[in-house]
Amino acid sequence: MAKVLIKGNEAVAEAAIRSGCRYYFGYPITPQTEIAEYMAKKMPKVGGLCLQAESEVAAINMVYGAAASGVRVMTSSSSPGISLKSEGVSYIVGCDLPCVILNVQRGGPGLGGIQPSQSDYYQATKALGHGDMQLFVLAPSSVQEMAQLTADAFGIADKYRMPVLLLADGALGQMMEPVDFDMLHFTPEPEKPWAVNGHGGKRKKNIITSLFLKPEELEANVLERDKKYKTVNENEVRYESYMCDDADIIIVSFGITARISKAAVNDAREKGIKAGLLRPVTLSPFPSEILKKLSDTASAFLSVELNMGQMVNDVKLAVECKKPVYFYGRTGGSLMSSADVLDQIEKIAGGLK
Amino acid sequence: MTNKIILAGFGGQGILFLGKKLAVSGMDKGLNVTWLPSYGPEQRGGTCNCSVILSDNDISSPIIGNPDILVAFNIQSYEKFMPRISSGGILFADSTLIDKRPERDDIKSYFIPATQIANDIGMPKLVNVVMLGYFIKNTDIFTADYIRSAITDSLPASKAELREANGRAFDLGYGYNG
Amino acid sequence: MIVYKRPEALSKVSMHYCPGCTHGIVHRLVAEVIDELGIEKDTLGVAPVGCAVFAYNYFECDFIEASHGRAPAVATGIKRTHPDKIVFTYQGDGDLAAIGTAETVHASARGENITIIFINNTNYGMTGGQMAPTTMPGQVTTTSPYGRQKMIQGNPIHVCEMLSTLDGVAYAERVAVNNVKNVRAAKRAIKKAFQNQIDKKGLSIVEVLSTCPTNWGMTPVDALKFVDEKMIPFYPLGVYVDRNAMGGESDDK
Repeated sequence: MAKVLIKGNEAVAEAAIRSGCRYYFGYPITPQTEIAEYMAKKMPKVGGLCLQAESEVAAINMVYGAAASGVRVMTSSSSPGISLKSEGVSYIVGCDLPCVILNVQRGGPGLGGIQPSQSDYYQATKALGHGDMQLFVLAPSSVQEMAQLTADAFGIADKYRMPVLLLADGALGQMMEPVDFDMLHFTPEPEKPWAVNGHGGKRKKNIITSLFLKPEELEANVLERDKKYKTVNENEVRYESYMCDDADIIIVSFGITARISKAAVNDAREKGIKAGLLRPVTLSPFPSEILKKLSDTASAFLSVELNMGQMVNDVKLAVECKKPVYFYGRTGGSLMSSADVLDQIEKIAGGLK
Repeated sequence: MTNKIILAGFGGQGILFLGKKLAVSGMDKGLNVTWLPSYGPEQRGGTCNCSVILSDNDISSPIIGNPDILVAFNIQSYEKFMPRISSGGILFADSTLIDKRPERDDIKSYFIPATQIANDIGMPKLVNVVMLGYFIKNTDIFTADYIRSAITDSLPASKAELREANGRAFDLGYGYNG
Repeated sequence: MIVYKRPEALSKVSMHYCPGCTHGIVHRLVAEVIDELGIEKDTLGVAPVGCAVFAYNYFECDFIEASHGRAPAVATGIKRTHPDKIVFTYQGDGDLAAIGTAETVHASARGENITIIFINNTNYGMTGGQMAPTTMPGQVTTTSPYGRQKMIQGNPIHVCEMLSTLDGVAYAERVAVNNVKNVRAAKRAIKKAFQNQIDKKGLSIVEVLSTCPTNWGMTPVDALKFVDEKMIPFYPLGVYVDRNAMGGESDDK
């Protein structure tokens, strides 16, 4: 076991390189700039390339080109920069290309702040680009998980030919925690016969495009992609369930706030309140089934987020009005404490009596 | 056991390094640890701080509202963070640069002229190591031997002089009786 | 003996371009060059958004369709991951010199070892003849209905002149395809722009003054005359820069 103390941002970069990613295109923005710096330092040593683009728009389009040509590639940014990337993301989805994108969220809207936030949940899970589209969204909760989910992201992206978004935040990106890189598991890169990399006189030409001017062709294309999304929804949902089996009150929380919520669950249990935590690891696909199931046994749900209430609506959809769903959040860059979450649990518990 | 430590001062005083040293030592001891720096424009003004949490439990948030221990290297940090030390907590402060004393009687205060001591041995950059020695003496998180060798052993053998200077700075801090 | 035939690199399909449009000529020239250099199997094209959006249907090499203006960034992504392949973009004036100016300028400044075929027909053809960054002073378009005025719509951009100031550009030449002599010169320029890439000289761009009879409201013949009488005086033909911008070697250690 060889643990190293490393920043979340750097853990992503290192895990990406270990996953066989040799190309990184990005643009500096706080609080994720360490990734570009790490890549710039390490990529030349492994025969890779880190290119600082003129903008996030250019960076995502470089990723588009690289992904189309069949290599493992990634970019990263923080909230305002991710908005700029949305154009390219939509094209990448429309062309069914694999790539990895990291959003180290900061507070918004606009230039906002630079402190941790989860206020891009809607953007990540509903609308990171125009069109009928869905991303695969993973939400790490520790630096070790930042590394493992990065490795997983490359495998998922290749398997389903779709972009995978890692949704982290300023705290996870900036904090150092022990990481054991030897514990990581990787997915080998598959053959990519569809890639635009020169037909070599051995096959027909490959075309990568998202343009379908005939409505029936575009509809067929979107329907075909929707089948893929259904497969993903059936097979790839991930979550951590903590003390949910006998819980009256289930907190739903992802990323950094899930850790805080877990501490609150422990504190609540000590006070005799049966609390539990359901932590979605995939935000898209969302763990609706398990939430629906838990709504048979639990009395109430509490969504804890660093925003004004975004994921809570997915929880409500999953629970189908069978049980009350509450929300507690902070925004603008402030984090709640576990005592704050415990207060909310106690309030709900009081109401249940 | 959980220790929430904020270290704060000017850039160049080795604050982030000192924080990392504590975090790595905790990690090597098998503790859960987090280290979180201040970032963005805040660090451009020349001030700098980091939050270190050492715990044998899961660490929920890396952000520290109320530290158990504050290590302050300048007056700005002292004024910003001293009032936030939790009751029963500990203050370490560089008395060369901080001429105030807390009016709180619910915290323990340890003052050491760390900058002066480091300057006296001609190694002004080792102010953080002087402070570390003093910190270790007055807390029971790590043993002195463990941390002293963590500091010196992290330097290559080729830098014997620097090793020796670090060891000396540590000893001076450890042996200080204010 | 066959003296005139369809180039191998040009697909056996009908093009969608308007009668009298010179896109077809330029496509053919590019295909002839690909054939003559024997590079089809290693060539990757990047299509723009604009009239040439379907360029991928007309060439036999691999192709990718970029979003509006981003072709040089997409080409960067491909070329940097496949430095041994030949990568070219084919872009119009709105794509290259308006929405994609940043990508164009920075790919040029970096000296990306790619080839850009730039079609300047002084208007947005696909959307129906709106003002382009290359629309000339006084020229009427649907969004400059009283003629382009300096105080209202501002000045046009001379792309070759602008890019020739950037150190990464190996070769910038403006050509026209309005008569046989100019078509031959255009072919020579396009061939050089591809050869430069093989020789790793840096970014090469060929700006082709082209016609848009439909949106100009002219017959094809009058459109060719317009190129000769109005465009060439405003956009002088010639080589703006010709050098080895990258020393022919990479500086990788």
